[in-house]
Amino acid sequence: MKNIAVIAKRELASYFNSPVAYVFLIIFLILMGFFTFMMGGFFQYNEAALTTFFIWHPWLYMLLVPAVGMRLWAEERRMRTLELLFTMPITTTQAILGKYIAGWLFLGFAILLTLPMPITVCYLGEPDLGPMVTGYLGSFLMAGAYLAISGLTSSLTRNQVISFITSVVICMFLVLAGYPPITNLLLKWGASNRLVEFAANLSVMFHFESMQRGVVDIRDLVYFVTLILFALFTTNIILKTHRS
Amino acid sequence: MINVQDVVKWYGPMLAVDHVSFQVKQGEVLGFLGPNGAGKSTTMRMLTGYLPLSGGKVEIGGFDIEEKPLEAKALFGYLPENAPAYTDMSVEGFLKFTASIRGLRGQAGRDAVEKALDTCHLQGVRRQSIDTLSKGYFHRTCFAQAILHDPPILILDEPTDGLDPNQKHEMRELIKTMGKTKAIIVSTHILEEVEAICTRAIIIDCGKLVFNGTPAELRSRSAEAGCVTVGLLNVSAAEATPALEKVDGVKTVTLLSEENGRALYRLAGDKGRTGLAASLKAFLDGKHWNFDELHTNQGRLDDVFHTITSTDSAKEVHK
Ligand SMILES: Nc1ncnc2c1ncn2[C@@H]1O[C@H](COP(=O)(O)OP(=O)(O)OP(=O)(O)O)[C@@H](O)[C@H]1O
Ligand SMILES: [Mg+2]
Repeated sequence: MKNIAVIAKRELASYFNSPVAYVFLIIFLILMGFFTFMMGGFFQYNEAALTTFFIWHPWLYMLLVPAVGMRLWAEERRMRTLELLFTMPITTTQAILGKYIAGWLFLGFAILLTLPMPITVCYLGEPDLGPMVTGYLGSFLMAGAYLAISGLTSSLTRNQVISFITSVVICMFLVLAGYPPITNLLLKWGASNRLVEFAANLSVMFHFESMQRGVVDIRDLVYFVTLILFALFTTNIILKTHRS
Repeated sequence: MINVQDVVKWYGPMLAVDHVSFQVKQGEVLGFLGPNGAGKSTTMRMLTGYLPLSGGKVEIGGFDIEEKPLEAKALFGYLPENAPAYTDMSVEGFLKFTASIRGLRGQAGRDAVEKALDTCHLQGVRRQSIDTLSKGYFHRTCFAQAILHDPPILILDEPTDGLDPNQKHEMRELIKTMGKTKAIIVSTHILEEVEAICTRAIIIDCGKLVFNGTPAELRSRSAEAGCVTVGLLNVSAAEATPALEKVDGVKTVTLLSEENGRALYRLAGDKGRTGLAASLKAFLDGKHWNFDELHTNQGRLDDVFHTITSTDSAKEVHK
């Protein structure tokens, strides 16, 4: 437990020791703002809710989260510090959890920086707080799922670019499988209802959707947690067998 | 303390380490030699539990590295090849991190960090970011990490690589001192270093163990070991050579150089025979020949190294 905390602390410190963290946070906020206000027409909507804010998250995270996750293990491989880390008296699981938690906390911090948005909404109108809270929860879980996936792709390579591209592609599948225009297209092409529904069930869109509306279904939570655990577990196997 | 038994490593179809066995006891400094690509680093990576073994067994302080990795890893400090370190941290921050991973927290951790900074002469750069350090300081930072928790076992892959002559000397002294109480493995390409610090040496070539003994034994394997070098004055080679050949115990006489009336010879006797220098001295005194040099050769390490490792690779090609 202590080892996990030590690893996480070092990882977090290394984010903020480099300009990458600040560049990331600024770009994160700019994109969030741009999509919510310009593309989503936040003000035209004229309703006190964050619909046009949350709706962009699955798409933005598709690019932003792999940018954080790509370095998790690829960097350790490239710098050869992996050898240092795995010859210290810690388990692979502790190392994975420590680094994952650090990345997730960092993303959580980035998400918290968007809080002025709901605060403005509260100031301007009288919004329903439920969907806001569950929306944020869903957004955080979704970021965690994407991060676990990009950590997984990162553990396979010493090249951050390869890691980034692979995880963007996987995250894109997770989004598109439940994106209505795509599912409708699949149906038109003659895919069976059951199949499309199954695919949509695997999609983050499907599970994030209901959370934006203020519903916390246990199945959605199970989905995100399973996805995260599966990715972390696979990372563990990869790092144990594929070291050199 | 370290027990390596029949260790094998395959990289895909390539056999990198081929049934290597050796032991290191407390109070021993084992020099680990071999040409580039012989499998030294690979062996060390298996000892430290970084690479899985393809076969065989490694025990560190009685703990099997694959079955009890945490207990085994707590017992050693490891300096990997090329001395990796987290470049985005400061020297002090990096050492604090390794201290807390080693379970040294609070005051104990601070003390350990201070001591390591002192030992490795890093006080002057303690707050500097590691990626701005020069190569030698970088290397020392990683070394500091290895000795920080005062482990009973040290595994060092080329510890003097990239250090200046003073630091090299100091590093050797340090290893020698620590070697009295710890079990240490050092890989190196510098043969003098083996003599200076190691109590025992092993040589691997193409993944196979080809020598295991003391540095003195290694030296005595040299073709030159036991030969006598003599520098004669005011004697022509034409006169001296036939005379020397008749000296008791001399087998071959080689004229190394002749200039300004000085003839330099190397005399070889039968293998294993001693006292060649003494009988030669008696002969020269009898003849009243003057000489300015007379000594028994110890044998050259690089010679032995060359013979041991190149014959073996020739065999390898032969198969
Ligand atoms: N990850 C790897 N995959 C495949 N082959 C490898 C790998 N690492 C090392 N090898 C090969 O294994 C052999 C032994 O390499 P190793 O690094 O152990 O040599 P070494 O004795 O440390 O050499 P040096 O003196 O140059 O440091 C080499 O032929 C090398 O090419
Ligand atoms: Mg090496």
